Amino acid sequence: MSDANLAAIEMPEARIARRDGAAARIVLVTLALGFLALFLALPLAIVFIEAFARGWQAYRNGLADPDALAAIWLTLVVAAIAVPVNVVVGIAGAWAIAKHEFRGKSLLVSLVDLPFSVSPVIAGLVFVLLFGAQGYFGPVLASYGVEIIFALPGIVLATLFVTFPFIARELIPHMQALGNAEEETALTLGASGWRTFCMVTLPNIKWSLLYGVLLCNARAMGEFGAVAVVSGKIRGLTTTMPLHVEILYNEYMSVAAFAVASLLALLALVTLAAKSFLEWRHADEIAASRRH
Amino acid sequence: MSAVVRRNGAGAWRERSVIPGFGLSFGIIVTALSLVVLIPLAALVLKAASAGPEDIWALATSRRVLSALRVSFGVALLAAAINVVFGLIIAWVLVRYDFPGRRLVDAAVDLPFALPTAVAGIALAALYAPNGWIGAPLAQLGIKVGYTPAGILMALIFIGLPFVVRTVQPVLAEMEAELEEAAALLGASRWKTLTSVVLPPVLPAVLTGFTLAFARAVGEYGSVIFIAGNIPMVSEIAPLLIFIRLEQFDYAGAAVIGVLMLLLSFILILGLNLLQAALRRRLGHV
Repeated sequence: MSDANLAAIEMPEARIARRDGAAARIVLVTLALGFLALFLALPLAIVFIEAFARGWQAYRNGLADPDALAAIWLTLVVAAIAVPVNVVVGIAGAWAIAKHEFRGKSLLVSLVDLPFSVSPVIAGLVFVLLFGAQGYFGPVLASYGVEIIFALPGIVLATLFVTFPFIARELIPHMQALGNAEEETALTLGASGWRTFCMVTLPNIKWSLLYGVLLCNARAMGEFGAVAVVSGKIRGLTTTMPLHVEILYNEYMSVAAFAVASLLALLALVTLAAKSFLEWRHADEIAASRRH
Repeated sequence: MSAVVRRNGAGAWRERSVIPGFGLSFGIIVTALSLVVLIPLAALVLKAASAGPEDIWALATSRRVLSALRVSFGVALLAAAINVVFGLIIAWVLVRYDFPGRRLVDAAVDLPFALPTAVAGIALAALYAPNGWIGAPLAQLGIKVGYTPAGILMALIFIGLPFVVRTVQPVLAEMEAELEEAAALLGASRWKTLTSVVLPPVLPAVLTGFTLAFARAVGEYGSVIFIAGNIPMVSEIAPLLIFIRLEQFDYAGAAVIGVLMLLLSFILILGLNLLQAALRRRLGHV
């Protein structure tokens, strides 16, 4: 029997039975919207209200400060290194895991996901233990004049740790759902492996890849705990935007702190908008990513 | 499975495939994983072990560490439980009802994934501090939220909010209408239908959401420290204690607390995953 026939004999009582009463609807919608207003809308609004509490000029002064500009620059540099590395590693991981069968695959998948369940502070700590002044490789590195902790390399490493799963995690379910048939066809027709990847696989996964890049970038620019441990918070040198926000806030420079925070909040809003657009426009291609 | 699959020799650990690039891609992911995640975590365990059993025991059972662990795990579990209740309601409202702005609300649920934790932290502090927007009226009523464990709870609810919604939402959306209608036609009350027909298939997803929200909340640092007050034995979280040890150059002590946190959370997450698997079996899912 087709769906149309089923719909025709569907009884009206049944459809009504699936609906909650008017009172229940009102209560549930109010609860849901009230909870979201309290926990999402209000904190977000506060960021912009506090940033503009002393007017536009004070807001601009907060952002034009040389230390703030240095923090913005450092944040962009860290993301510009961490995101491309994650793209290469994420695609490689997804290719190995989704396109091949091997023993220990589920272990590899769990290990790729591992950073999600490790506290960011521990993610920073492990690199201090390796490369810090009293760490395992600290003295050797110091004798060669290489600085990792309290410098850019440490910040990049800590960021790589916390963002490690983001791209692989979006790509693996999508590539598994796509299967190998198209690649096998291209290879049979004589295309090289690299050409097959560029002309067949990459176009197929581009939207879920972009989706992963968005989330990875948001985390890379916004990471606080892991970066706080390895940065040493040297003003104007090793402070990323989130760390600069903390320093200003602790110095009671509320407007400046919220001004820098408002840039990060804008980044979050742009990320959300782009993510929602992808979910709406390319729902099929990134359907797997909805199963977070 | 493709017909060209062949075993390549005795004890082969991977199936032969026409898709090339396994060696290269496997090499890249395993190398990167080892350098960025596995070797650093091994260093953590090694450093913790270097402390010696007596020191480890003394530290693990010290009142300050036990109190911080209790705060971190207790508040994270409570926050995840609150997120289960409201996450279910939000998912239900988003799937079943249509109201103006539904799409916007749906997109907004993911805000905690995108908003940097430090930003959330200072925003919550501005709201709930004793002189804050909500904190001041509450203080008049004699309720303190900011700089107490209740403040930590607020931050952890925020951080874990999307997980339950996003795991439950697709299950609710794909649920077949026929069972629910049959129950109603057979005379079950709406409440009875909800509790015996609608809720059981959703439970495994709820548990997954709870586990994810808990795992995220237990290690959370950025959004918590601004609003917690960080009073030792009262509102001090375990990750902050690691930070304090590091600033005193007590690397081994920091590593011991780190390993303790990881062990406890892995045991809890493993337990929750086993419970979830058992639940799925009982409900006849795969």
